[in-house]
Amino acid sequence: MTDRHPGFSTLAVHAGAQPDPTTGARATPIYQTTSFVFNDADHAASLFGLQAFGNIYTRIGNPTNAVLEERVAALEGGTAALAVASGHAAQVVVFQQLLMPGDEIIAARKLYGGSINQFTHAFKSFGWNVAWADSDDIASFERAVTPHTKAIFIESIANPSGSITDIEAIAAVARKAGVPLIVDNTLATPYLIRPIDHGADIVVHSLTKFLGGHGNSLGGIIVDAGTFDWSKDNKYPMLSDPRPEYHGIKLQETFGNFAFAIACRVLGLRDLGPALSPFNAFMILTGIETLPLRMQKHCENAKAVAEFLAGHPKVAAVNYAGLAGDKYNNLARKYAPKGAGAVFTFSLKDGYDAGVNLVSNLKLFSHLANVGDTRSLVIHPASTTHSQLDDAAKVKSGAAPDVVRLSIGIEDKEDLIADLEQALTA
Amino acid sequence: MNHDAYDDNYIRAILNSVKSIAMVGASPVNVRPSYFAFKYLAQRGYDMIPVNPGHVGKSLLGKPFVASLGDIDRPIDMIDIFRNSSHIMPVVDEALKLSPLPKVIWMQLGARDDAAAEKAEAAGMKVVMNRCPKIEYGRLSSEISWMGVNSRTLSSKRAPIPTQGMRLSLNRMSVGGGETAASDRAAKNKSEP
Ligand SMILES: Cc1ncc(COP(=O)(O)O)c(C=O)c1O
Repeated sequence: MTDRHPGFSTLAVHAGAQPDPTTGARATPIYQTTSFVFNDADHAASLFGLQAFGNIYTRIGNPTNAVLEERVAALEGGTAALAVASGHAAQVVVFQQLLMPGDEIIAARKLYGGSINQFTHAFKSFGWNVAWADSDDIASFERAVTPHTKAIFIESIANPSGSITDIEAIAAVARKAGVPLIVDNTLATPYLIRPIDHGADIVVHSLTKFLGGHGNSLGGIIVDAGTFDWSKDNKYPMLSDPRPEYHGIKLQETFGNFAFAIACRVLGLRDLGPALSPFNAFMILTGIETLPLRMQKHCENAKAVAEFLAGHPKVAAVNYAGLAGDKYNNLARKYAPKGAGAVFTFSLKDGYDAGVNLVSNLKLFSHLANVGDTRSLVIHPASTTHSQLDDAAKVKSGAAPDVVRLSIGIEDKEDLIADLEQALTA
Repeated sequence: MNHDAYDDNYIRAILNSVKSIAMVGASPVNVRPSYFAFKYLAQRGYDMIPVNPGHVGKSLLGKPFVASLGDIDRPIDMIDIFRNSSHIMPVVDEALKLSPLPKVIWMQLGARDDAAAEKAEAAGMKVVMNRCPKIEYGRLSSEISWMGVNSRTLSSKRAPIPTQGMRLSLNRMSVGGGETAASDRAAKNKSEP
């Protein structure tokens, strides 16, 4: 008998969770505790020495968080995952395992503005350098490779532009350079795109967005694909060299194809400290149970709204990869056949001021700095999320001054269209 | 037999049926992976035998080292080889001389020798390569899920209450089906705390 592979929706509900051994509770309990008792001194020593699996202290691991970790690992097709306090925390923890001062990453220019800030400012202060490349020009990634390059970072669906990245082409560049490809899959979620199937070695998420899905909890996660050989040419000493604090254990040798997730936990989370609260893990887990249903509705609504806007006389352009004729429509058909996500931008014929007016006239859309909520959201990136960039960089990252970003929720699409119609004509 | 990926049921059947495991290349140094795996499997009730000619006269967690497989005084169900790929074949050749023949040749994470595997399989033994039995046991019992690892199993049954140093059950109706009970048996054979 061969193994049955359960479908995505089954995994979204069940993976990682099991009725509680003590009480039989069917929903995952919130283990709101800082620490866990040891059975005896030998057990404690084994746990601290990474010789046994188990719980020590919630900064390093927690049973509620572990259910979330296994669930997202299963949905992404990874070997293991580590949940952390936010999407940004996930990125810092990932790069801390890979980079030493003087090392370099190549990042796509089309990224969430906060990530551009993080890489440009915080990473610079750690001595980590960023070379920017253009996702629409794969050769620009190849040209950016140097002997110091340690990783390539892209978004599967870019925020705010909603453009689709050719993951396989960039994975080929990463393979040739001998470095891991890291994909921020926040806007797609594994329901729409599974980057590991296309060659990603590490996937990160802001769980704050569609995975949690209800705009109530911050969180982030790192998924290890188990595909990268960290010991091959000594470029990643955190994984290949003996760890002094663990009596000389080598992480890849000991943990094999989930060594990266373990490194993020026992080195990154242990030392940097951005642990996810078990309560947030519970909220996000509950959100994930309905991820397939919500994403279908998000995408269906987004397409209807994009089509409406594309036909509106006051609208100059709509950038939604799900529209036939969009620049990214072919990539959307290849990578995200179930839908091109629910975050996209459009611009108005009357420019910046019209955009500002539209935002203030909307009654159902909420004006705020987030995406991936059940509620529909609107923002003007140039004056908010991407305001730290200069005008040229704004245009390159998909946040030109006349651009408005929408994150389409799961309300009735007729009501969303009516709200936009009244705001455009007000 | 495809050795790039194994069905959970294949691994589960092995971990569930073997009782004695000779670990070739077992190290008494308590930070080596072989030491971790030895201790972990011993705690789960397997009859562990450390094989390492460099340490004869000493013992590992109370089990005396033997120099070679031929020196073991009882039938061996499984040989867990903690050696590099280049050292596998001689161990398999030695195993083939044993009577009764071991049921399983298991090569550790990172170790793979397809020719040795073919030889062992031709003699009727099951082979696992490039895997760690500790990790597989942890995965199939879901114990390893506490580290955020994808166990690739599901269950709607109440999880067993951990006893004696987290000795959990392999008895999960996993996505592959196939109930197992190795650790339950091991737990029964050991006195409860
Ligand atoms: C694509 C993307 N990545 C990362 C982040 C950062 O996540 P968090 O706010 O959870 O730190 C965001 C947040 O907007 C995002 O949209």
